[in-house]
Amino acid sequence: MEKKVILSIENVSKQYRLGVMGTRTIKHDINRWWHKIRGKEDPYLKIGERNNRSTVGKSKYVWALKNIDFQVYEGEVLGIIGKNGSGKSTLLKILSKVTMPTKGLIKSGGRIASLLEVGTGFHPELTGKENIFLNGAILGMSKSEIVSKFDEIVEFAGVQRYIDTPVKRYSSGMKVRLAFAVAAHLEPEILVVDEVLAVGDAEFQNKAIGKMKDISGDEGRTVLFVSHDMDAIQKLTKRAVVLSDGEVLYVGETDKAVQTYLKKGLESEPTISWDTFETAPGNDFGRLKNVTLQNADNKACKRFNVTEPIQISVRYWDLNTEYTNTAMIRIINERGQCLFASNEFSAPNWSEVHSDHKGIVTAVCTIPGNYMAEGQFTVSVGVGNYNPNMTHVLEENLLAFEVYDNTMGEGVRGKASGSWPGMVRPMLAWHVEKTALD
Amino acid sequence: MKDKVKDTDEWLFIISPESNLFDLKLKEIWRYRDLLVQFVVRDIVTLYKQTVLGPIWHILQPLLTSVVFTIVFNGIADIKTGNVNSFLFNLAGITIWNYFAECLKATSDTFKKNENIFGKVYFPRVITPLSITISNLVKFFIQLCIFAGFYCFFYFQGSAGSLSIAILTVPVVIVTMGLLGLGFGMIISSMVTKYRDLVFLIQFGIQLLMYISAVMYPIAITVERLPSYISWVVNYNPLARVVESFRYMVFAEGQFSFLHIGITFVLAVIVFFIGLVIFNKTERNFIDTI
Repeated sequence: MEKKVILSIENVSKQYRLGVMGTRTIKHDINRWWHKIRGKEDPYLKIGERNNRSTVGKSKYVWALKNIDFQVYEGEVLGIIGKNGSGKSTLLKILSKVTMPTKGLIKSGGRIASLLEVGTGFHPELTGKENIFLNGAILGMSKSEIVSKFDEIVEFAGVQRYIDTPVKRYSSGMKVRLAFAVAAHLEPEILVVDEVLAVGDAEFQNKAIGKMKDISGDEGRTVLFVSHDMDAIQKLTKRAVVLSDGEVLYVGETDKAVQTYLKKGLESEPTISWDTFETAPGNDFGRLKNVTLQNADNKACKRFNVTEPIQISVRYWDLNTEYTNTAMIRIINERGQCLFASNEFSAPNWSEVHSDHKGIVTAVCTIPGNYMAEGQFTVSVGVGNYNPNMTHVLEENLLAFEVYDNTMGEGVRGKASGSWPGMVRPMLAWHVEKTALD
Repeated sequence: MKDKVKDTDEWLFIISPESNLFDLKLKEIWRYRDLLVQFVVRDIVTLYKQTVLGPIWHILQPLLTSVVFTIVFNGIADIKTGNVNSFLFNLAGITIWNYFAECLKATSDTFKKNENIFGKVYFPRVITPLSITISNLVKFFIQLCIFAGFYCFFYFQGSAGSLSIAILTVPVVIVTMGLLGLGFGMIISSMVTKYRDLVFLIQFGIQLLMYISAVMYPIAITVERLPSYISWVVNYNPLARVVESFRYMVFAEGQFSFLHIGITFVLAVIVFFIGLVIFNKTERNFIDTI
């Protein structure tokens, strides 16, 4: 079968500057301009390195995207996956012309419309009807186009009764439905969808997935689908691109892409350290020094049996003499949902340890065995204080780990195979009785 | 490879880091004309849906300013306004000046104010300041009606001069003010994306600009009372010319020439295009720096 390329992304790179834009900008600007008029290459383009947020780069410039190169075929739904900070959003922003690439070309055979975040440009004071027209126009529809699809949009969103009510009185679910409905009735050749499915109830999610399938199937339009939800990616797409640290890791079949993506997360070390105070993330009240995932024997480890306890050790510079610092952790599952959060202040000796002198705190949190479900998880780690609430540092998805069940019978699922529902899998107490039949 | 690769001219569009500085994207703006209409409708509808004070403020602000100016400039500083009632004279100046000032103020933080929506969807950004300039016309017409009311009142008292035939060119004056406000607004909004503190200077700058734009005095008085090395600031100020021309149209008093109108109009068009070029250049990457 001959496939037609509708979108070609050729060697696209995007560079960002890090840090505070101080007076230096003018200096850099002048330097850049001076090089330019002499016909020399931009001096700041040479610097820059891989965009890995967990290692602190030496350069102030970072490549959010580096030599991205792939093709999208007409009528396909292409998945784009990657963890936070892998460059997904930057790529989408470039595709939707919100920002320009630093290098490279994007050639498109059709209009691109994006659902980067639905409901953009909704005005709370305007009614649903007025907002449909406004939002449609923002997305590039002409008035006659909107008029001809108006009834369909309203019906799809299921807001017939409230169409003349200001949007500020809508529930958040209604807003999302309305916004998605407007965008789904756009008729671009290429539709970019980013995380819309994270909101809305299950019924609407199915409706949205169905609509996206229609768009690509019957109407022959191309969809770029970006999501953390591996489930939805696998349901909707046959081909996917995996981005990691601003580079393309894999392009091809979705199953393999998902595997690559999950494996990549586990490739990282189970520990991360910052050597000097100056380079460590945080502020003058607290900075991270080391975060390690370890097993019960205090050995760094990133694969855990479901029955095994998991320890998260957070070591940080505690320089806060005014308020009492606390380390915090969040466990996030592969769908990007936060399972739970926990704080160092749960330790009974927490306030004793944090006397008013500065020092290095080591806080270890233990997640008991037989609590986590199987799967891949990431840990976000932060340091802050409460009353007043201040976050000194919060590193999202800092480390990744995997929990497995070898179904030998010691876990919650016993020897049962197949999928086991639930986001957590605590071992609960059961009381059993049996009365004999008379 | 089975893939059929398209020729370059078959692509609908190409995104590349290079761009032509003088590509004004007028075609694209035309394609998004429905959006322009929607934005204008939104601005007007929401202005009146929100507060009672909103619309009233637009009526009170010029009236109160005129009263204060009349007391200070005509009462204390003893500036003569000829046959025209001083209050009406000031109201005329403020009405036309406000249109410029409102346009400039509202467009000068386009990028900052719309960061959210600009960061997510693409449309020609220039639609936003353009829509502000147009919806400000509505506020201007409200103020113009107030002015007309007072004009009638003073006319029958014989202290409003008389309408000049030049009133036929009043649309040119309004467009000139709009283009100047829009043009400068676009230039400033582009600069604000880099040097954010600039926005605080705007309010102050507009205030200063008003004093050298003959809003509360006739141009002739500056030439008469001030040495020429100072009075040129007013005499050659295009804004002062526009204000003075507008007053001539309604009072048939003061300085007026079609040449001045023509020159200021051309100047306004030039400022607008410079603004458009700078604005278009900024919109490409501003989201990274703001």
